[in-house]
Amino acid sequence: MVHAASHGAVEMQQVGNEHRELLRVATAGSVDDGKSTLVGRMFSDTGNILDDQLDLLARSSRARGQADSDLALLTDGLRAEQEQGITIDVAYRSLESVHRRIMLADSPGHVQYTRNAVTAMSNADVALILVDVTGGLVPQARRHLVLASLLHVPHIVLCLNKMDLVGWSESAFEDFREDFEEFASRLDLADVTLIPISALYGDNVVHRSEHMDWYEGYALLSLLDSIHVASDRNLIDLRFVVQRGIWVPGKRPNGYRGYAGYVVSGVMYPGEELVSLPSGYRATVAGIDMGGASIDSAFWPLAITVRLADDLDMDRGNVLSRPNNQPIVGQDLAVMTYWMGERPLTSGQQLLVQHPSQLTKVRVEDLNYRLDIETLHRDHEAGVLATNDIGRVRFRCAQPLCYDSYRRNRLLGGVLLVDEMTGDTVGAGTILDAGA
Amino acid sequence: MSDQHSYRMDVLDVLEAEAMMVVREAAAQFRKVALAFSGGKDSTVLLHVVRKALWPQAMPWPMLYIETGYSFPEVRSFCDDISQEAGCELIVASVEDAISAGLVEDRGPGVSRNLDQIPVLLAAIQANGFDALLGGARRDEERSRAKERIFSLRDEFGRWDPRRQRPELWSMLNGRARPGEHFRVFPLANWTERDIWHYIARERIAIPSIYFSHERDVLPKDGLLLPVSPWTGGGGPVQRLRVRFRTVGDMMCTAAIESKAGTVDEVLEELSIWRTSERAMTRVDDRTSDSAMEDRKRDGYF
Repeated sequence: MVHAASHGAVEMQQVGNEHRELLRVATAGSVDDGKSTLVGRMFSDTGNILDDQLDLLARSSRARGQADSDLALLTDGLRAEQEQGITIDVAYRSLESVHRRIMLADSPGHVQYTRNAVTAMSNADVALILVDVTGGLVPQARRHLVLASLLHVPHIVLCLNKMDLVGWSESAFEDFREDFEEFASRLDLADVTLIPISALYGDNVVHRSEHMDWYEGYALLSLLDSIHVASDRNLIDLRFVVQRGIWVPGKRPNGYRGYAGYVVSGVMYPGEELVSLPSGYRATVAGIDMGGASIDSAFWPLAITVRLADDLDMDRGNVLSRPNNQPIVGQDLAVMTYWMGERPLTSGQQLLVQHPSQLTKVRVEDLNYRLDIETLHRDHEAGVLATNDIGRVRFRCAQPLCYDSYRRNRLLGGVLLVDEMTGDTVGAGTILDAGA
Repeated sequence: MSDQHSYRMDVLDVLEAEAMMVVREAAAQFRKVALAFSGGKDSTVLLHVVRKALWPQAMPWPMLYIETGYSFPEVRSFCDDISQEAGCELIVASVEDAISAGLVEDRGPGVSRNLDQIPVLLAAIQANGFDALLGGARRDEERSRAKERIFSLRDEFGRWDPRRQRPELWSMLNGRARPGEHFRVFPLANWTERDIWHYIARERIAIPSIYFSHERDVLPKDGLLLPVSPWTGGGGPVQRLRVRFRTVGDMMCTAAIESKAGTVDEVLEELSIWRTSERAMTRVDDRTSDSAMEDRKRDGYF
C-alpha cells in the first residue's frame, strides 16, 4: 500500500500526439508480486491518474477498510474484483510516457491464468514480468517466461520487485540473475532486461532509485520509452489477407472492384505481380487505396483496399503474396495449443478453427504431448488437455489454410479454436514448423 | 502517414487502422448491423471511420438514435443532418413511444430517463433483428469499460457478463453467436479522449456546436452546471455563463463546464490542463454509485 501522490507526479514534457509511437505491453505477475501496485505506480508517477480517479481509489480503499489509497485497486475495475481482492480479466489501459503511448494489457496472476496471459501476450511488443525478489524464480515466474517464449514476445522486461525488503542488495539481484540465466538457457528468448525495483516506494519505476547505486541501467519507464521495436515487424514476407470484396457496379470512376483487407507482413506496392492463394492465379496490383486516397505502399497495420489489373475472384481469407515467397497452403497443422475450454480437448474431437485466412472445421488427430510449463517436461501419456493446459496437437482441417509458422509470422501463424455449438473461443494456438 | 519510407506510424495512424479493420470484420461477419449514434463526438468519429473503412461503398447501415425526450435540440438536428449527408437511415427509438406501448413506466416530468434507454435500446435491437451494434465507447472512459472486448457478446437479454467474454488474441475477432444473442462492437476501444479530439482536428470532422464555448443558462447543483431546459426543475438561481459540453448525453444527465474554448485547438489545450476525467466532470448518470456504469452495462447499456 502506498500513498498515491507520495512522489508528487512529474509533469512530463511529452512530444506531440502526432509523432508518438504506440507500444503494446503485456504485464504478468500476481498481486503477491506487487503487480497491481507497480501498474498503479507507473500511472501515478507519470501523472496519468486524474484527480477524480484518485478520489475513487481513496473511496474504494476505505470501503475495504484500508486507511491509505491502494494503488492496486486501479487495475481492479469490476465490483467482484474489488470485493474479492482479485483480478478476473485482462484490462486494457493507456499510459502516456515521454515519447510513446504505452498500451498495457494487464492480465491477472491467478484466475484463468494461461488464458489471460496468452491473450495479453499475443500481440505484445514487450512482456513485463514481475518477480518478488524474496521468493526468487518461483514456478509462476517460470510459467510467465515460458509463455513469453512460446508466444515469441520480442522483448522481455523482468522486474525484480521488493528490493526494499532485501536491503537494496546487489548480491540478491545477482543471485537471481544467475538462477534466471540457467533457466532461460532452455528457452527461446530474444531480448531480456532485468531491472531491480520497488513498486511500493517507486524505485526504478519512473524515477531512478537513490538506493541502488550499483545498478546502472534504465528505470522501467525510460526503458519502455526507448526500447527499439521498429525492427520487430516482419517487412519481408508479403502477405495480404482479404477481409471482404468490395464491388460497386458501374464503370470507373463510379464503379469499383477491390478487396478490403490488411497486409499482415511485408510491404505491398502497386504494379507488382502477385499470386492469389489458395487458387494459385497470378494478378497484378493496379492500385492501393486507403479511405478514398491512393497510396504508394502498404504495410501492417494499414487497412487498405487493393485493386487488381486482372479479373480474379477472391474470397474472404484469400491471401496475396509474391510468387517466390508464398505461405504454406495445407490442411494438416501441428499446433502448440493453449486450451481454455471447460470440457477437455481430446483426440477425435471436432472444433472450428479461426485463422485470418479461413474459418473451417478441424478434427483433433492426436495430442502429442502436454507441456508442463514449470519444468518443461513433455508428458506423452496425457491423453487430454484440461482448462489452461498447454500441449502439442495435430489438427486436420476441412479446408486448407494459408499460413506461416508462428515463429516466422505471428499474425499468420496464430489460430483460435472455437466451439461449434456455443461459438465460444475455447483455445488458441501457434502453428509450429514441420517437425518442431 | 507520418513517414512512408520508414514504415513508421504514429498513434493515430495505428488506432485508425485498427478501427477500420474492426469495422470491416463486422461488415464481413455480421448479417444486420446498425451504428449506435448519440450525436456525440465519439459516435461522430466512429461514423467517419466506418465510412473510410467501407469506402467506396455508401454507408450500408442505419444509425440508431435513442430519443429520451430530453435531447439537446442542437444534437438532434445534427443527427438528422449527418444521417442525410451520409445517405443512411436514422432509426429513432423513443422512450415516449415505449411509455405509450407500456414497455417502460412514465417516471413523471423532469425525471431522468437514463435507465429507460436500456429497454428501449434492447427492444429496437430485437424489432430490427440487429446482430451487431457498433458503438463509440472507449476503454479509458471508465474502469469497467477497461475490461470490455472489441467484439462484446451480449446474451438474449442484452446483458454483459464479464466472465463470459471471449479472449481476443492477435487481430482475430470471433463474432459467432447463438440465436438471440448479439454483439456490441467497439472499434474505438483503444482511443483516448485526446485521440478523439486530435482525430477530429486531423480529419476536420464536424461535431455538434455544444462542444464549443457558448452562452447558456445553467443551474448549479451538487457541483455540476445543469443546462436549463423546459424540463429543469427548480432548485436555485439560474446563471448565465460561457460554457461548453465535454460529453453529450441528454439535457437531464449532461452537465456543462465553464469554458472559453471555441475551437478544436483550444479544446485540446484545455484538455491538457484539466485534471479530471470527462465523465466524472459532466455526467449525472455516473454519480449514483462507483459501479453505476458496470451495473448499467450488465443490464444492456453500452
